[in-house]
Amino acid sequence: MLRIEGLTVAYGGIEAVRGVSLDVVEGELVTIVGNNGAGKTTTLMAISGVAPIRSGRIVINGEETTRLAPHAIVARGVAHCPEGRLVFGRLTVHENLRLGAYQRKDGASVRQDIDRVYALFPRLLERRTQLAGTLSGGEQQMLAIGRALMSRPRLLMLDEPSLGLAPLIVQRIFGVIRQLHAEGVTILLVEQNAHLALTVADRAYVLETGEVRLAGAAKELIDNPEVRKAYLSQ
Amino acid sequence: MFTPTYVVQQIINGVNLGSMYALIAIGLTIVYGLLRLINFAHGDLMMLGAYLGLLLLSATFTPLLLTLLIPMLVIGFVGVLVERVAYRPLRGAPEVTMLITSLAVSSIIENTMVMSVTAQPRAFTLPPGVNQLHTVAGVSFSTLDVVTVALSVTLMTALTLYIRMSRTGIAMRAAAENLRAARLMGIDINRVVMVAFFLGSALAAVAGWLWAAKYSTVEPFMGFLPGLKAFVAAVIGGIGVIPGAMLGGYLLGFAEIFFVGFLPPAFSGYRDAFVFALLLIILLIRPNGILGTATDERA
Repeated sequence: MLRIEGLTVAYGGIEAVRGVSLDVVEGELVTIVGNNGAGKTTTLMAISGVAPIRSGRIVINGEETTRLAPHAIVARGVAHCPEGRLVFGRLTVHENLRLGAYQRKDGASVRQDIDRVYALFPRLLERRTQLAGTLSGGEQQMLAIGRALMSRPRLLMLDEPSLGLAPLIVQRIFGVIRQLHAEGVTILLVEQNAHLALTVADRAYVLETGEVRLAGAAKELIDNPEVRKAYLSQ
Repeated sequence: MFTPTYVVQQIINGVNLGSMYALIAIGLTIVYGLLRLINFAHGDLMMLGAYLGLLLLSATFTPLLLTLLIPMLVIGFVGVLVERVAYRPLRGAPEVTMLITSLAVSSIIENTMVMSVTAQPRAFTLPPGVNQLHTVAGVSFSTLDVVTVALSVTLMTALTLYIRMSRTGIAMRAAAENLRAARLMGIDINRVVMVAFFLGSALAAVAGWLWAAKYSTVEPFMGFLPGLKAFVAAVIGGIGVIPGAMLGGYLLGFAEIFFVGFLPPAFSGYRDAFVFALLLIILLIRPNGILGTATDERA
């Protein structure tokens, strides 16, 4: 599905990601955990084609996408739900969802999918004509995930979906992530809340200052003393 | 002294001038919203539209409607070309760099025109009838005035619907709000920017044609002042906000006409000074313009 080989991303002279290699198999839920500034978000940005890649290769479904424009990467089935949600505040909830399906031409099934998102997040249906900027943080996160689903992605990338949300909302969001995973959606999840992420994921990569420090099955990493000490504060 | 007839007359004049400012301001505001580029060359596209209109008018066999439609189309593509050649290579450059570049483009266009058709003003003559004056209850207006307002309102309504409802329109608003997030949605920014330049330049061409028709003359520098004032209109309305550009255009048109029409004639020479004073006052009260919101942080 996704394979990254020796990815290095640099902003000016500063290397945010250094020689990262990882892969995601179809149907898997893979998580990248690590502290602030470890390079998690930058890695996702590089996959989406909006970060300056210095070297390395990104392969999606057997096709190299390293130098492709962002819209071409979306066309290859990648949806990116960015950190900080970045919903379009001056657009309505409905328009935000329509925009998620920007590249799709099949109007009828787009409308069906919008209804599916509303079924997944009934709160969004209640607020469908409201400007997204007037939603609460949790609702915006639901909208951001719904918007990402609208492209019918083969790979869904979620960046910090729990950030700044109340525990109850986080539970609901992660409930939906589990559900999507159960439905067979391939997910690459970036989380600072390592415990939460390792609970839902199949496999995990631990990033530290731009490099992969550890990798393995999520179940094993959650018991790894090193991980427990550094990321699970136990 | 200010009879109702006189007041109505001034309102008609204000709507007329405001329509033209609004048409020009739209292009400026769309482009600014997307690229943070203050396009000084915009007024020059208006001028090119007027010249092309004149060229077509002097070929007597061209139907009047086509002398307007062809410049819209052609100048629309000239706008796209200018973006491709001059502005796209600067994508992501500081705003000052883009601003200076647009000044350069403006200068190149104006001087190319001076060299090719000379700076000599030329008469912009319409077929008989278009400038015919009608008088209703003491208020007079020409057929051209009616056309100006009707055409502007029609075009602006069409544009508003397009921006509100169409896929590209929604994408354009999204891109103006957050360029990076819009790219992550799979929006091809270059395409959206191209559409924006096409629409803005086409509207500027219409404004140029109407402007030349109203003042019966064209010259290579005719776009400078209207362009500048349309920029003022866009800022007054809230730059980057399309309804703001329309509102600002009409406000400015009214303000200018009323200033000349209702104050002693001795003041009328200060008309432009007044326009810019109005800008200062509005910006003191509403720093982001009337319909503008606080500028977003752009990723």
